[in-house]
Amino acid sequence: MSTFVLLLVTGLGLSALYFLIASGLSLTYGLMRILNFAHGTFLTVGAYSSWWIAIRLPLPETLKFVVAVAGCMAVGAVVAAAVEIVLIRPLYRRQVEQILVTVGLALAFTALVQGVFGPDPKQFPAPGWTQGVTILLGANLPNSRLVAIAAAVAVFGVLASFLRFTRWGLIVRAGVENRAMVTALGIDVQRAFTLVFAIGGIAAALGGALGAIYFGNIDPERGTATLIFAFITIVIGGLGSFTGSALAAIGVGLLQQFANYYASVFLGFSAAGDLAVVLLLAAVLLLRPQGLLGRSV
Amino acid sequence: MSVQTAKGVLLRVTELNVHLGESHILQGVSFAVPEGGVTALLGRNGAGKTTTIRALLGLSGRSGSVSLADRELIRMPTHAIVRLGVGYVPEDREVFADLTVTENLCLAERDPEPRYELVYDLFPELEQRGAQRAGSLSGGQQQMLAIGRALLNRNRIILVDEPTKGLSPLMVTKAVDALRRAAESSTVLLVEQNLQVARSLAEKVIVLDQGAVVYDGAVADLLADPGLAQRYLGVGGTH
Repeated sequence: MSTFVLLLVTGLGLSALYFLIASGLSLTYGLMRILNFAHGTFLTVGAYSSWWIAIRLPLPETLKFVVAVAGCMAVGAVVAAAVEIVLIRPLYRRQVEQILVTVGLALAFTALVQGVFGPDPKQFPAPGWTQGVTILLGANLPNSRLVAIAAAVAVFGVLASFLRFTRWGLIVRAGVENRAMVTALGIDVQRAFTLVFAIGGIAAALGGALGAIYFGNIDPERGTATLIFAFITIVIGGLGSFTGSALAAIGVGLLQQFANYYASVFLGFSAAGDLAVVLLLAAVLLLRPQGLLGRSV
Repeated sequence: MSVQTAKGVLLRVTELNVHLGESHILQGVSFAVPEGGVTALLGRNGAGKTTTIRALLGLSGRSGSVSLADRELIRMPTHAIVRLGVGYVPEDREVFADLTVTENLCLAERDPEPRYELVYDLFPELEQRGAQRAGSLSGGQQQMLAIGRALLNRNRIILVDEPTKGLSPLMVTKAVDALRRAAESSTVLLVEQNLQVARSLAEKVIVLDQGAVVYDGAVADLLADPGLAQRYLGVGGTH
């Protein structure tokens, strides 16, 4: 029982990280029809900016962590908005160029981080309590996973409320459905594009900071590595569906964690989690190509 | 918010050209829409009527000149054109299916005091079905919503693309009544296949054929000449 609970919580912790990066990716695609291969960059920005702030602040460790997280979210928003305005905006409707630019940015930014901070992972000055455990139903649950889950639930609530109850949220939901008609109502949808990019940057940067306490360190290539699973998540959830990306993140994280453990214990097969996720993706594409909550084309 | 211009022309289109891929869809279309009342834009299927409306709004690439109350629109983005007071009722309604009726209307608000009273007076069902998803409405109800969105604001001109297409006779009557009310406060440029509807609403008619204007004059004159009506619209003048 305790093993099951542990796998459940650690799996949900992984789901939380996938959701934080996939939510912005999904909204960006839904509204702008842009697959942003540089979205993982925002996670790396969050990880390194939170680390940079945390190692400099002479504050109590928890307060330092809170300030670092808030700071990295602000940096994530600014970087993401700048990427949208400077690189993406001139390339609307030019999908091949968008892919080239965003892939190029991801590669260049990873190289830049490696050049400036070194290629090796750096230990993150996480508050001591985040590295402890909470005992529940006999399982020692890592606090870092519980923090990630709580943050993801909070982000889901805030974003869902934003989409449901604000005018900008209404514009985003309408734009996901029919962007041209939104402009034909007199709404400057480009401002919504920048806003959605900034929101995606905030969520991904938060994912970067929480990933730092989840893994205990920061790594120049974590953004790219996580982005692969975020893409799988939004395809399974349905491209453009915010709720779908949340459900798919839960499925992908849990499947990965359970498959890793049970395949290792019973089959002696390590890294089965990644294979299981790919098989899930294949099954969804075969049985429901539009994803869990996506629109059929 | 009506605008007086020196020549009494609200919308002037000059040498409007639209290319879609290799096709030259609009070939130097020129016409003027007088201020007030309804001007009908007619033509057979594929004549370029919807393309003209979309080009006026900047929803498709175009060249030439489009001026509204002597203000050039050709380089403006769509949202800026609409904010000058241009309402739009698209051909296929294009309501936001996942939003509620109320949300669809809220999204269309531009004026400080949107005319909900007018919209709900014309279409009481929109108020009754405010919480219903627009995608679950009937075709006629969706058309009410599409027209309601355009009537919510005080527009200088409303571009209406085939509002009666696929509607029941009862809904056609409602749509015509709504357009008549709309024309009391705005100029209406109406694309319509139903000649009866065009005749009952419009004083002036512009006929397009193969991407060019082939007739520009009074509705009565067009219908009085069975040859003209047959040649350009495929119907006899008495229909």
